[in-house]
Amino acid sequence: MEKEVKFSDETLALVHKIMKRYPEGKHKSAIIPILHLAQMEFDGWLSPETMDYVASILRIQPIEVYEVASFYSMFNLKPVGKCLVEVCRTGPCWLLGAEDLVRHIEKKLNIKDGETTADGMFTLKTVECLASCGTAPMMQIGETYHENLTCDKVDQVLNEYRQKGERVTHWDKKHIKAQQ
Amino acid sequence: MGKQLLLDNIHAPGIATLGVYREFGGYKALEKALKMKPEELVDEVKKSGLRGRGGAGFPTGMKWGFLAKPEGVPRHLVCNADESEPGTFKDRYLMERKPHLLIEGMIIGSFALGARTSYIYIRGEMMYVYHILEQAIQDAYDAGLLGENIMGSGYSLDLHVHPGGGAYICGEETALIESLEGKRGNPRIKPPFPAVSGVWNRPTVVNNVETIAAVVPIVNMGGEEYAKIGVGKSTGTKLISACGHINKPGVYEIDLGLPVEEFLYSDNYCGGIRNGNKLKAVVAGGSSVPILPAELFLKTAKGEPRLMSYESLADGGFATGTMLGSGGFIVMDDTASVVKNLWNFTRFYHHESCGQCSPCREGTGWMEKVLYRILDGHGKKEDVDLLWDIQSKIDGKTICPLGDAAAWPVASAIRHFRSEFEEYIKNPGSIKDVKHYYRLHNEKEPAY
Repeated sequence: MEKEVKFSDETLALVHKIMKRYPEGKHKSAIIPILHLAQMEFDGWLSPETMDYVASILRIQPIEVYEVASFYSMFNLKPVGKCLVEVCRTGPCWLLGAEDLVRHIEKKLNIKDGETTADGMFTLKTVECLASCGTAPMMQIGETYHENLTCDKVDQVLNEYRQKGERVTHWDKKHIKAQQ
Repeated sequence: MGKQLLLDNIHAPGIATLGVYREFGGYKALEKALKMKPEELVDEVKKSGLRGRGGAGFPTGMKWGFLAKPEGVPRHLVCNADESEPGTFKDRYLMERKPHLLIEGMIIGSFALGARTSYIYIRGEMMYVYHILEQAIQDAYDAGLLGENIMGSGYSLDLHVHPGGGAYICGEETALIESLEGKRGNPRIKPPFPAVSGVWNRPTVVNNVETIAAVVPIVNMGGEEYAKIGVGKSTGTKLISACGHINKPGVYEIDLGLPVEEFLYSDNYCGGIRNGNKLKAVVAGGSSVPILPAELFLKTAKGEPRLMSYESLADGGFATGTMLGSGGFIVMDDTASVVKNLWNFTRFYHHESCGQCSPCREGTGWMEKVLYRILDGHGKKEDVDLLWDIQSKIDGKTICPLGDAAAWPVASAIRHFRSEFEEYIKNPGSIKDVKHYYRLHNEKEPAY
């Protein structure tokens, strides 16, 4: 049976706290933070059901959520692996070998950019400049920046995530309790 | 080394916490500011000559002075922490290490502008910094530095941090405002300017992280003292994030007016070109500003040594100069290919164009296609002129400056490195494979 789309009580409390940060009647502003929380809670991506649920919380039309979710690059509209490996591909990282890094990861995980490994552990995604040009090349997994990378370091990092085997998301679950 | 007004004590253990930040004199400026009149604060910022540190360099005091103050309408200060200009990583560095400096600046700025609710819009990718700021804001509330009756002054302020969702365009202030309202980041047509009608149609000031942080030393030392640092209309200090083919990449705080040669070669800063290589080109202020070849970068066309200042870097206009921009300093040695780097940047602008204006939406993709064709070994003789023609029809013809930002790198690369394009077209054997980047999510190799 499909899991019911509903935030945990803790997350829902945070959602309501965030909505109060904006003026009366302007709580639509909370849409982006709530979509991040939704990705955290619902397997790292935004299904139509998830987006409809967010719309119901914000009391807005589902289309208003779809048009926002489809505009911003951090929102995944298709399922992703437990670890979304986001490698910077923009100018400064590229000057310092990001291209070789992407090729290395593709070979190691036997996937192409945008694909997910057969075991559902990793999805590879190349992304635009993450403001880490002085420590290039780099990649982001969840909220963590992995910087000054070499192919060896990448192997080490990916092995650590594989051993843990946990889902990581941009909004890390560990922050939920802290912000109640 | 120049004065360290923003980066002072940045390596002190625990400086990210409220306690240690206060031990080093943190929130003294706030204490002083709350005893002043808001107009006096705006005057101090005007006297300081501070200019927007996000890239445009617009005088901050003047921007604050433009804020409309209609009776009964709330107004807002919004911090632009959507740092996404390729080559720029100063704001992330500052927020991660000294979050309270930004918060102190936000409180002072909000007080000066009469805002009762202010926001820090941080790019979503920097989620770990978002949580650092959340914690710092909570600590400031607990210490009575935010909320009701701050430090017994009678002034009350709520400060919130708001994450974006991943979009370069949201660094443009009206796109940022749209995004803060919970919409797609499509820039608005100006006028009306945000100072009159910004977030939720209320008067709004949007300032870069570094700009707001600089208000703290300005209040501490006084605007006139601050204006003594620097050269001419480039007053104060500037954070420069240096990257690329240099020995010591990183974030440096310089006095504006430092000779570029010293910045590039001194061990206090970039430490010279890696592996003893020769300097080929520099993109001095983030990917959007014109690229300059080594000789024009180190010296102006008139033969004067170039300085790290708004005016000196712009000396010669776009024909032989560039811009200070955001301070994203990208260095290329003689192993770099200007055309390939340009293709990478153009691909970036195509990816990040919001799609509202046809010259930008279509033009960036078209330029990317032509550059790809050249790098794929199928360039035509007329392609360089075609690229020139396309960029000239984007520049200045779009709602927001993303179009200009996409056009300027193309124009400057052709202006200064035309022979490299021509060599690639004449001799495709000299080009390494670049196809790799098209086997991507949602992206196909462009048909040309």
